[in-house]
Amino acid sequence: MSIQDFGLYSAAAAGLFAFLLVTVLILTWLERKALARIQMRMGPMRVGFHGVLQPIADAIKLVVKEDILPTSADRRVYWLAPLAVFVPSIMLWVTIPVGQDLVLRNLELGLFYITAISVLSVMGLVMAGWGSANKYAFLGGLRAAGQLVSYEIPFIMAILGVAMMSQSLDLTVIVADQSTIANILIQPLGFFIFLLAGLAELGRTPFDIHHAESEVVGGPFVEYSGAHWAVFFLAEYINTFTIAALTVLLFFGGWGWPDMPFDGVAHSALSAVWFLAKTYAVILLMFWFRGTYPRLRIDQLMAFGWQGLVPLSFLNIVITGVANFYGWHWLALTGMSVGVLAITFYVIKRQPGTSAERMTVSVIRAGDLRSAPPTGGEGQQSAEPVPSAPRPDGGS
Amino acid sequence: MIESTKEPGLDSLDLMINMGPQHPSTHGVFRLVIGVDGERIVRAEPHIGYLHRGSEKLCEAEDYAQIVTLFDRMDYIANLNSELGYALAVEKLMALEIPERAEYIRVILCELNRIASHMLFYGVYGLDVGAMTPVLYGFRERERIQALFESVTGARMMHNYIRIGGVKEDLPDDFDARMKALVSQLELGIEECDRLLTDNEMFLARTKGIGSIGPTDAIDFGVTGPSLRASGVAEDVRISEPYGLYDRFDFGIPVGTNGDCWDRYYVRVEEMRQSLVIIEQAMAQMEPGPIMAKVRRITRPPKGEVYMRTESPRGDLGVFIVSDGSDRPYRLKVRAPSFANLQGLKHMLRDAYVADAVVILGSIDIVLGEVDR
Repeated sequence: MSIQDFGLYSAAAAGLFAFLLVTVLILTWLERKALARIQMRMGPMRVGFHGVLQPIADAIKLVVKEDILPTSADRRVYWLAPLAVFVPSIMLWVTIPVGQDLVLRNLELGLFYITAISVLSVMGLVMAGWGSANKYAFLGGLRAAGQLVSYEIPFIMAILGVAMMSQSLDLTVIVADQSTIANILIQPLGFFIFLLAGLAELGRTPFDIHHAESEVVGGPFVEYSGAHWAVFFLAEYINTFTIAALTVLLFFGGWGWPDMPFDGVAHSALSAVWFLAKTYAVILLMFWFRGTYPRLRIDQLMAFGWQGLVPLSFLNIVITGVANFYGWHWLALTGMSVGVLAITFYVIKRQPGTSAERMTVSVIRAGDLRSAPPTGGEGQQSAEPVPSAPRPDGGS
Repeated sequence: MIESTKEPGLDSLDLMINMGPQHPSTHGVFRLVIGVDGERIVRAEPHIGYLHRGSEKLCEAEDYAQIVTLFDRMDYIANLNSELGYALAVEKLMALEIPERAEYIRVILCELNRIASHMLFYGVYGLDVGAMTPVLYGFRERERIQALFESVTGARMMHNYIRIGGVKEDLPDDFDARMKALVSQLELGIEECDRLLTDNEMFLARTKGIGSIGPTDAIDFGVTGPSLRASGVAEDVRISEPYGLYDRFDFGIPVGTNGDCWDRYYVRVEEMRQSLVIIEQAMAQMEPGPIMAKVRRITRPPKGEVYMRTESPRGDLGVFIVSDGSDRPYRLKVRAPSFANLQGLKHMLRDAYVADAVVILGSIDIVLGEVDR
């Protein structure tokens, strides 16, 4: 590597880093604003126009805040954990293109590299949980380990489905391959699996189990403050952006669907804008989930992962393989994919019974109770039906 | 159910976790010590008393009119219902006849307070199961009710409005119009809240069949109010021992089947609708008139004792007063519904997961100010 190359790569890496930092600032603002809209609030309004400078104020606050080290913490593990989460999240972006020719280093095995690196952040969460010497953090760290490792499988399997379509692990090839038909149209099942597994990997609602505020009070991050907490925070938002970007690259044709006009620099710029627009749309979808859904329980999450997503992801591979092998028209694959999805939704919807079966609360008119007073004169004795006794209006 | 995670032959301890007194989901300063084996709870020990202010003892040092303010601070989510329980007890002791208009005002405001209390429950229950939006929807509705309270009583929470013998002031002139607007807003608001959470697959998965308690167990533990009705017992003091004007209204009592978290949740949602029904009837029946009975400046009930039950949003609120004929009670005891309902917690927590503990505790809807008193 010549000195010029080294300089060029360093500059590009610095540029990428700056791009990611700015993205995180935008994402924090966007998330607060989007949630505020859902919840009929204004969100941040004070710092700058509609609070656009709020993330900067927050960043300054976090950096100047005191860094607290719990007395019984394992010092080295505790301080290293934020880095162990942050570094992999940055490393992923080495090979993620943000537009035509806009990539730090395109790898032929890009997807392989991404799946390999993205697993590493689990280690940081477990380190944080262990190093904090806090029971909530510990519980959160273990939850993170269980959750992230189990969802790694459907995540990779969904990626594999796309790779089989394009016969490549190179992201630019995969994008080029979708220039006429995006993968979302061919593999809706794969998209469904990828998005859910991606949300679980991120620990975003409804899978935010490892840092559930109402249960483990922030999980692995509970003891962190100031700049170290900010590093975790950065990593989380970068990961969110990464998953959204991958969703766009793998399923929405990246910058290439439909193809952007012009050539040369203009084309690159336009493709980057188009790509970012799609990515932010996916991110807004994730924020929408966060504003709407409750959280699953850890055992339900595991059951959903192993009994639902893992078999489905294998099924996705199988139908993709069959369709590819026999060279069927892409619509055949779409049909099978949609069929599997429809069956899945039906099963999920049916599982706790239909709406009528679920309705276990019935209303008894006061008049009925007054006209037929239960046996006994007063107080608790008046309310002593046997569990099996039929109730006045017989509701179920 | 996951099998025990312990290795056979290995000497291992359960992880003891202190949930509270400072924990976001304990709804105040409640402390729950749980022993967990993996994610499963094997032991649970509730500790209370962190908010004990000696209210019952304080009552012995205040005269009867002043005690109302102490009751405001017991159930601080449903202040008016709390005040009402006390005022009715003293009135029963004195055998006071209350003007009809005052009774109607009490019914309307107390039912509104019940809605406000259940709305708060709805919101924080959403937080407990991990949904962050319901709390803002619930608070929006509660805020509307509190704005109306402010115009009537002068305060958003610590009203000191219900007096022995009636109420402090008559309703403001624009009350009818505001109330009409509020009722239609609340009808919409309750439907909106219902749609947001009730039928969500994940919410169902988190609450159906969790923390169930049967009717006999519930009665044995002294559970009352919505939590008891969720277990399938149609018991409501407003009907079984009517006080005030409750025998004049036609309304429904929501009753559950399984006594699980979902039933406890939905009984409250349904109760909000029924409270609106009562309010509409009361508004239609109410006529102008005096708002205070003829009482002396200083209340001196006759010698004797009295026990009065009312239906607060949390359950059966009982007030027991022993009077020695002076202007202060000789002894005052409150049967706080939250305190009694909390006794069932350990039973509900059997075989639960850590995440369930939060959901179950939330579904009982305790107010620590009332538990500890």
